[in-house]
Amino acid sequence: MSNTPSTLFDKVWDSHVVRKIEDGPDVFFIDRHFIHEVTSPVAFLGLETRGIGVLFPERTFATADHNTPTINQHLPVEDPLSANQLLQLEKNTAKYGISHWGLGNPKNGIVHVVGPENGITLPGMTIVCGDSHTSTHGAFGAIAFGIGTSEVEMVLSSQCIMQSKPKKMVINVNGQLGKGVTPKDVALYIISKLTTSGATGYFVEYAGDVFRNMTMEGRMTVCNLSIEMGARGGMIAPDQTTFDYIQGRELAPKGADWDKQLAYWKTLKTDEGAVFDQVVNFDAADIEPMITYGTNPGMGIGISKHIPTASEVEGGVATYEKSLDYMGFTENDAMIGKKVDYVFIGSCTNGRIEDFRAFASIVKGRKKADHVTAWVVPGSHIVEKQIKDEGIYDILTEAGFELRQPGCSACLAMNDDKIPAGKYAVSTSNRNFEGRQGPGARTLLASPLVAAAAAVTGVVTDPREFL
Amino acid sequence: MAYDSFSVLRSSAVPLPIENVDTDQIIPARFLKATERKGFGDNLFRDWRFDKNDQPKSDFVLNNPSYQGKILVGGKNFGSGSSREHAAWAIYDYGFRCVVSSFFADIFRGNAINVGILPVQVSPEFLHQIFEAIEKDPQTELEVNLPEQRITILSTGASESFEINGYKKHNLLNGFDDIDYLQAMKDEIVSFASNR
Repeated sequence: MSNTPSTLFDKVWDSHVVRKIEDGPDVFFIDRHFIHEVTSPVAFLGLETRGIGVLFPERTFATADHNTPTINQHLPVEDPLSANQLLQLEKNTAKYGISHWGLGNPKNGIVHVVGPENGITLPGMTIVCGDSHTSTHGAFGAIAFGIGTSEVEMVLSSQCIMQSKPKKMVINVNGQLGKGVTPKDVALYIISKLTTSGATGYFVEYAGDVFRNMTMEGRMTVCNLSIEMGARGGMIAPDQTTFDYIQGRELAPKGADWDKQLAYWKTLKTDEGAVFDQVVNFDAADIEPMITYGTNPGMGIGISKHIPTASEVEGGVATYEKSLDYMGFTENDAMIGKKVDYVFIGSCTNGRIEDFRAFASIVKGRKKADHVTAWVVPGSHIVEKQIKDEGIYDILTEAGFELRQPGCSACLAMNDDKIPAGKYAVSTSNRNFEGRQGPGARTLLASPLVAAAAAVTGVVTDPREFL
Repeated sequence: MAYDSFSVLRSSAVPLPIENVDTDQIIPARFLKATERKGFGDNLFRDWRFDKNDQPKSDFVLNNPSYQGKILVGGKNFGSGSSREHAAWAIYDYGFRCVVSSFFADIFRGNAINVGILPVQVSPEFLHQIFEAIEKDPQTELEVNLPEQRITILSTGASESFEINGYKKHNLLNGFDDIDYLQAMKDEIVSFASNR
């Protein structure tokens, strides 16, 4: 063993390299593989075509989420194409002996919500899924990232993928976060500073007081959005907060196994003096509740600010103008007071119990604005149950909100939860790309607090007014 | 063998001088419902290509018959966002074999190579030269030479080298893929797993 100081990322990466290919990628071993109905069927078809099987079925976990309805889940799925994807997932997992939490299963939910809440996601693991927000699981000190369907086929057939080791970036945020500033705001702030390609080619470690003091759910929100600055993934060193979250979860290690793993997890941190390819520092005091105004997640500003002019942002003027034109906004517009038609709270970014608690803290005792359509979508059945058990359901109902059933829903609008063309949606999800939430839909990304403030006032509102 | 091999491609190119082209634009989520890999080219850039009545938008480059070819040239940060390999499938199915940009998103770059599309990263200056040459003459041809790792604008003779690792280059030249490689080392993987 060398005594050279190494990063958390190096420790986890290097221990998973099966073979280094000269002038090529590493053959990289995957501990946990999540699959869902949309990006897996062609991979299973590939296995059939090649006549090969699944090497370690016990390392893959399936859930249905991307393409599922969020009402009447007990009825047959109406869209025949969606129904077929769900059927294929059921058949494929049964054929190869893979655990499957399909529609109606009490453990069903969004893949990046159910993995952690059931104790499948653990520190020091390598975790992949055919979904770019797999970076979420980095909150536990895992190396987790999204892959394509060819790679899903690789993991199924060999439990490995070919990966060149990314460069390393550390993002330090120190200081005290202000009132109403949530993990979502921290992430949107970082992305607005780095741009959507600022961390491409890198794997990020988040460090500093702000992440140390964050709950696991907050850390998941931050790591979830790593991909939106182009990073392959983001991770946070595991600590007592992490261990406390994991202990007792259904599939988490127990007894002697727990003690053994815990001892290993405690070694998972960046050594003093370890070197990163890039170091980025931010001050927590500079961050306010954020909102996006454009068509990528890097186009975000503090909610009290005005939309920048083309000359103030990096990149081409034509691309910037196309974006504002799509949004129906102009340079120098204030964000506060802009009319909101839809509010969506949910997704793998902000679909956990703390997000609904935050949302409820503002809507409690108020009423949903009449012209706003709100979709309140828990990340899983477990979250749905928590919402009911904690009385949040009653608060929502009294304020005029309806709780839907779990799924990815309007985040990517594969199911019927589509924002109509030209309408404005304040959304707690992760992407404001053109048409992401439905053809012609206009998305303003924000935290659950900003979403709640918009839902009760019907316009973009600074949530600090309510706190 | 998983796809056509790639060696030297000489073709006119389709310019898309927009930055941050994300995979939701390349193929919107509502077209990801297939369970087989076919027909995705029909929905390539669906909402930029067609209006809400499914009529072609005349101002979009794929609807302009002057611009054709097997090479797509995009602005900086091409392929950002969702990991959907369907984006690469759509580009391939439409008939492109190479995408040129000054910067690619990581997951898209990997997916492209895995389906047999060569992503060629050039300098911002060279990208600008390509866009200029195509603007001057839409029929202008580019030559993408994988063995020599060089891209040339044939009308001006300007050229630039590009990077690709030796392993991936060998795969593309021969139409091999990673699964062939991984299947051949299964015993080593099983032994690695048992020691974990």
